[in-house]
Amino acid sequence: MANIMELENLATQVRRDILRMVHKVNSGHPGGSLGCTEFFVVLYNEMMELKDGFDMNGIGEDLFFLSNGHISPVFYSVLARKGYFPIEELNTFRLIDSRLQGHPTTHEGLPGVRIASGSLGQGMSVAIGAAQAKKLNKDSHLIYSLHGDGELQEGQNWEAIMYAAGKKVDNLICTIDLNGQQIDGSTDTVMPMGDLKVKFEAFGWDVMEIKNGNNIEAVLNGMADAKQRTGKGKPVCVLLHTIMGHGVDFMMHTHAWHGKAPNDEQLENALSQNAETLGDY
Amino acid sequence: MNTYTDQGKNDTRSGFGAGLTELGRTNPNVVALCADLIGSLKMQDFIDENPERFFQVGIAEANMMGIAAGLTIGGKIPFTGTFANFSTGRVYDQIRQSIAYSDKNVKICASHAGITLGEDGATHQILEDIGLMKMLPGMTVINPCDYNQTKAATIAIAKHHGPVYLRFGRPKVANFTPTDQKFEIGKALLLNEGKDVTIIATGHLVWEALKAAETLENQGVSAEVINIHTIKPLDAEAVLKSVKKTGCVVTAEEHNYLGGLGESISGLLATQHPTPQEFVATRDTFGESGTPDQLMEKYGLNNKAIEQAVLKVLKRKG
Repeated sequence: MANIMELENLATQVRRDILRMVHKVNSGHPGGSLGCTEFFVVLYNEMMELKDGFDMNGIGEDLFFLSNGHISPVFYSVLARKGYFPIEELNTFRLIDSRLQGHPTTHEGLPGVRIASGSLGQGMSVAIGAAQAKKLNKDSHLIYSLHGDGELQEGQNWEAIMYAAGKKVDNLICTIDLNGQQIDGSTDTVMPMGDLKVKFEAFGWDVMEIKNGNNIEAVLNGMADAKQRTGKGKPVCVLLHTIMGHGVDFMMHTHAWHGKAPNDEQLENALSQNAETLGDY
Repeated sequence: MNTYTDQGKNDTRSGFGAGLTELGRTNPNVVALCADLIGSLKMQDFIDENPERFFQVGIAEANMMGIAAGLTIGGKIPFTGTFANFSTGRVYDQIRQSIAYSDKNVKICASHAGITLGEDGATHQILEDIGLMKMLPGMTVINPCDYNQTKAATIAIAKHHGPVYLRFGRPKVANFTPTDQKFEIGKALLLNEGKDVTIIATGHLVWEALKAAETLENQGVSAEVINIHTIKPLDAEAVLKSVKKTGCVVTAEEHNYLGGLGESISGLLATQHPTPQEFVATRDTFGESGTPDQLMEKYGLNNKAIEQAVLKVLKRKG
């Protein structure tokens, strides 16, 4: 069993990374990043079977695809702290000549990233292709992916959702970050998506929920459950309930911090709520 | 010099199908995807021999492009198949982000390009696809001229790492290049030597260019004919060598004059060797229903149109 305290300390440090990265360049997406911190920490440090080093094809290991690429700060922080590239490189986020583009890409050769994302709605199709390549290669490792809830408004997702069930892509765990917020407001006001559990099930998926996606133990147990559900003829959907901006009181429960950076004073306030645990970069 | 022989007519899409079938036998990493157009793309033989390496995605082209990108992550070489219209404009952003920007080894194979698709009309025809694809950084754009060359190109692109757009058509057109040809990406082919004018053609208009050159010869005009099967990267050296000799150029393609081969040539010449040029191409228009021959005639894309363009450009030659 994982050491919950260690994972929590890592999550707190990742929060500090996120806040410092977006503050430094006065741009980026802290809200969704903070909300998905526990998920990334658990995924990369407990769930995924990973090889040392990085190669694009990722044969013999689990692979992850981030579809909602704007939450790049949490992705970069967790990758760096997992050893894919130097933690100090987080200093270059969104700066010219950096490998850490505003939205992740393979174009600059950043280890840990296997597809560009940013233009929404494409990641599930890519994850399905990678899952099918695993099957062709007789590689029993899994494909994980993360999608925003607002992102499901893009129609390509539903092509992919239909395909994954229809073609029995059962080595795939797609997690939906259900924070109920998007740029212009709540998902219910911008474009209500109805009952996603019912919809995914109607398309033939095995659907499960993690009610508290900002609790390390709940995410650990939930993702372990999801893993147990693979290989049974259906793709697996995890509805991960999170709070946008989690861990910083003034950023929580609002879409206001979707794509806005804190000023100096706000940064100090936010960092004071997440005391340094593993050392800043 | 004559480096071609008339071998009757055949369709370029069947050349693609034959090339894909051969790849199925020789390259275990090649996989194929199709969006409900197996018959149109001539993919059935590949499927029969390699059912586990074929992915039918249904009428969902965006998903097909994403799945193809994902399949490369694991070492596969995906060949996607649908009409040229749905292979490009419909899925431009998917190709841009998940394939081109991500440098994925996907071969986008596009049939029924241009207006010779015929009776289905403008919704299914496309005259902008070369432009859309050549503007994407890192994308290779290939438009072979006949059945034999399409087959050779299909086989060749599997060995090239990176995204490729391979464009071919529906109707049977003249088959005149060698069956055992070597296909070199980015290498123009000189088919007919001449000294008065250079005709640079792509796709099945290469055959029309050869026919025009014959007629022109009877009128005392010596035309050099170059087959540009690879529009990007463009063989600048071959083009410049020829126009420096002839002093004028006609480009011919089944595509809009905006964004196509002609524009690539004029861009090259404007900076390297300014030369009078005429375009045989559609004039910023959509197509319509009709037989391929009727449409080629109406939109000015045949040997007669090339001949007229040559006579016009010769008058502008200094």
